[in-house]
Amino acid sequence: MKNPDGAGPPDPGENGASPGGAVIRITGLRVVRGGAEVIPGVDLAVPAGQVVGLLGPSGSGKTTLMRAIVGVQVVAGGTVEVLGRPAGDAGLRHEVGYVTQAPSVYPDLTIAENLRYFAALLGTGADDVARVLDAVGLTANAGRSVANLSGGEKTRVSLAVALLGTPRLLVLDEPTVGLDPVLRRDLWDLFARFAATGATLLVSSHVMDEAVRCDRLLLMRDGRLLADETLPELLARTGAPDVEHAFLVLVEAGAR
Amino acid sequence: MSPRMSLATAARVLRQVRHDPRTIALIMLLPCLLLGLVAWMFNGTPVLDTLGPTLLGIFPLIVMFIVTSVTMLRERLSGTLERLMTMPVRRGDVVVGYALAFGLIAAVQAVVVVTFAVGVCGMNVAGPLWAVILVGVLDAVLGTALGLAASAVARTEFQAVQMMPAVIFPQLILCGLVMPRDQMPAVLEAISVVLPLTYGVDAMQTLAADIDVTAIWGDVGVIAGFIVVAVAVGATTLRRRTA
Repeated sequence: MKNPDGAGPPDPGENGASPGGAVIRITGLRVVRGGAEVIPGVDLAVPAGQVVGLLGPSGSGKTTLMRAIVGVQVVAGGTVEVLGRPAGDAGLRHEVGYVTQAPSVYPDLTIAENLRYFAALLGTGADDVARVLDAVGLTANAGRSVANLSGGEKTRVSLAVALLGTPRLLVLDEPTVGLDPVLRRDLWDLFARFAATGATLLVSSHVMDEAVRCDRLLLMRDGRLLADETLPELLARTGAPDVEHAFLVLVEAGAR
Repeated sequence: MSPRMSLATAARVLRQVRHDPRTIALIMLLPCLLLGLVAWMFNGTPVLDTLGPTLLGIFPLIVMFIVTSVTMLRERLSGTLERLMTMPVRRGDVVVGYALAFGLIAAVQAVVVVTFAVGVCGMNVAGPLWAVILVGVLDAVLGTALGLAASAVARTEFQAVQMMPAVIFPQLILCGLVMPRDQMPAVLEAISVVLPLTYGVDAMQTLAADIDVTAIWGDVGVIAGFIVVAVAVGATTLRRRTA
């Protein structure tokens, strides 16, 4: 894959994250999949207590970056630190909640059975299961088999699993895809409430409109970060009316 | 290793199976049907008494191998395995949980099939029936353990299905069922020594002919050793990080 010069990540000095308070700290991350360099080199610091949106088109490397952060991606180079430990460290497995793009729950179990299993692994109990069921609005459906749920309901079950315990970092890969607008609004409200308790959320989306719900934005394309700043900062820097146009401005600037 | 997480995983796998009554019926009834066919074909001859116990050792191995490798592949493709790998569960806990769950199903299967073979087909065994059930369960757990180890290699459904003939068929041919092992070419006999099914079939043939149950303890020990090794391989080949 050709990568034109000048499309590299923005100067890390501009990202505004205080050096001590970063929940995720990535330096020089390189990922190679199937012989292709999908992430040629990313530097990133994500501050605590914020909802950080990871926006970019399909195939831009969002999922690979998230997999590296939760420690399930084989990386070719660089370091990924989460909460001061190497990504994937055993000490992080109570601290990080992860929702994959496909609803990673057992379709042949009921919602409650799924949650009880994952709660048992985390060492929490029935109270915790009831709490997360309520948070995603599935209490009334707890006895239903996941196989019979709609796509949006499955996504919410998967999200509920990530909320179990007391994760300090939630990594959510496109959690709002295909959800109806009311539910999407409710989930973003939930994310904001969660961040208000001091937790950090990294939420990916290919829907640029969702940028308005994020405290901070990461724009990604071809495995590179085009932007790492707040929405007003991004719009001011690019002179664009919205994120969609800002993205285009940055891509065209990089191509020249 | 955490017994709590192993048991939670075993309970979860059993719940999944419970939601699938057709699979339970197939696991329990299919070996009975096949054994019934053999009994019918050789009606009036002593073939069932010699061949029957051997088949009781082979069915559970094959069934549990397939069930386990397909279930593990589903975990891999659905993303649940990736999620588990980010959670505080050890790889060994997942693998042992699977072995426990399918071992329990195998125990029920062994009781059902042995009851059918003796009660309905009239199979006679020289050794005690509990020993036949014990070897059957060990063979089933061995099938699960081999399935867990083999599932690391399979990346697609097609590959997972091909793993069964790849791993099990050579053992079927060399275990002494087709030809007594002492009549095989020396190289093949040497290979059969390192294949686990050889000991499962040897134990069953001993139980069919010999009233002295102590003669199978050597075989039982070797099968148990193979189970431990296969579970360890399964836990090691389960990767937290994938490309």
